[in-house]
Amino acid sequence: MQRSSSHTRGHRRWVRICHWLSAVAFLTLAVSGFLILMVHPRLYLGHAGNDLMPALLTLPISNNYRPDELHSRVTFTNVPGAPVTAERNFHIFNQNGWARSLHFLAAWILVVVGAIYVAAGFVSRHIPATLIPRGRELAPRALLQDLKNHLRPVAGATGAGPPYGLLQKLAYTCVILVILPLMVATGLTMSPAVTASYPFLLDVFGGYQTARTIHFFGFAALGLFLLIHVAMVIATGFGRQLRAMTLGN
Amino acid sequence: MQQQRRVPRRVFIKGLASSAGVLLAGCTPTDPPTYGNVLRMGDLLTYKAHRLLLPAHSLAREYDYSDISSVPAIGTTNPADPDKSFYSREHGPVYEQLLANRFADWRLVVEGSVARPHAFSLDELQRMPSRTQITRHTCEEGWSAIAQWTGVPLRAVLEAAGIRSSARFVQYYAYDGWVDGIDMLDALHPQTILAYGMNGRDLPISHGAPIRLRVEKQLGYKSMKFLMRIVVTDHFDDHGRRGLIQNGWSWYAGI
Repeated sequence: MQRSSSHTRGHRRWVRICHWLSAVAFLTLAVSGFLILMVHPRLYLGHAGNDLMPALLTLPISNNYRPDELHSRVTFTNVPGAPVTAERNFHIFNQNGWARSLHFLAAWILVVVGAIYVAAGFVSRHIPATLIPRGRELAPRALLQDLKNHLRPVAGATGAGPPYGLLQKLAYTCVILVILPLMVATGLTMSPAVTASYPFLLDVFGGYQTARTIHFFGFAALGLFLLIHVAMVIATGFGRQLRAMTLGN
Repeated sequence: MQQQRRVPRRVFIKGLASSAGVLLAGCTPTDPPTYGNVLRMGDLLTYKAHRLLLPAHSLAREYDYSDISSVPAIGTTNPADPDKSFYSREHGPVYEQLLANRFADWRLVVEGSVARPHAFSLDELQRMPSRTQITRHTCEEGWSAIAQWTGVPLRAVLEAAGIRSSARFVQYYAYDGWVDGIDMLDALHPQTILAYGMNGRDLPISHGAPIRLRVEKQLGYKSMKFLMRIVVTDHFDDHGRRGLIQNGWSWYAGI
């Protein structure tokens, strides 16, 4: 019954509440973010990037990029390679009215819940004690061994909650302390009002479009994490894990 | 023990809920209405947070001449053309006549909460002190472009019209039927200009000739093209069914 011990099996109540609130906010962010990306499915580096400029990557997720249908091309100066303008007179898929607002609503929830979680996680020593791998755990041989364990069919079912395996610790630490903060920072770098006040954000990430591109790859990494996370939950007993994360043990 | 713990928690939650209600309901006439829509409540929260937390007088980044990029023209590309999007039956034919006369008869009406309402000609605006800035246009769709804009600061125009101290918002109307508004913090911002020049040329028709607004600390859709009329108001005006909010968009787009 000693709930305060970090090595007791099961998830603590505040961890469970934060987990499910974050899960709902995360899924909302993923869906709305994908809808926003569909409106302009091209990624660039630097500060400027649009249909008249070359892209780093054009994703086949919508029919909004139709360079052949841009009309009335005009060059601003006679210098070769000078900037041009052209008209886009066709309708594109655009649900950003609600998708953007929903994205930021979910972002507010995730930021608040995430801040509470990280603060509580360090105050209670949950994060340093159970999530962050110790230095000696990170030996290449230990990593390789844990990877092998994961590739084998699950031998003995492990308990729900801490203590966690090495790769599990790395994945959680990476998502909570690296990728999600990076998503917030690159998200803020896409805000004209925020970057007017804090222009260093544009320099840190190398421009508005680079921040947007990093934001996309962060989304891809989080999506991959979610897939593996759910796969591991299923592999180690879906119902049992779900109950543990909802009701405790 | 349990009983004692519950009471303060309930009081705390109640207090939290009521303060959130005050914040989200937009109880003053100077806040964008939410119509009970949870998305608009989120927009309002972002607006309030930006106004509370961000330094008010910071400037959007200005770029070098060599950073100027190509820029697509989207939305309305010619208000005189009934075959294109956002044609206004009311204002389209008027714009066609103004265009035929190279905007010699174009006037920007500035009225509302001002001491001296006035209709500014293009020539009049171009003779006022100008500001040139190379800034990034950030479209809500996700693309961006860098261009050089030349124009007269909106602040100078509002002061010339004798803006009243009670003024809180600036509403603007365009020849393609679009209407929108900004608060006084953005309206008086030094980079908020009525632009008549783009990349050293007259503003092209597809980019809002003869004059478009530049609101550099918000997304591109606030920088309205084809300006027709400016109305200074003491209260928030969401423009009803013609405005952004009732069409499902965020009024504040500082993001």
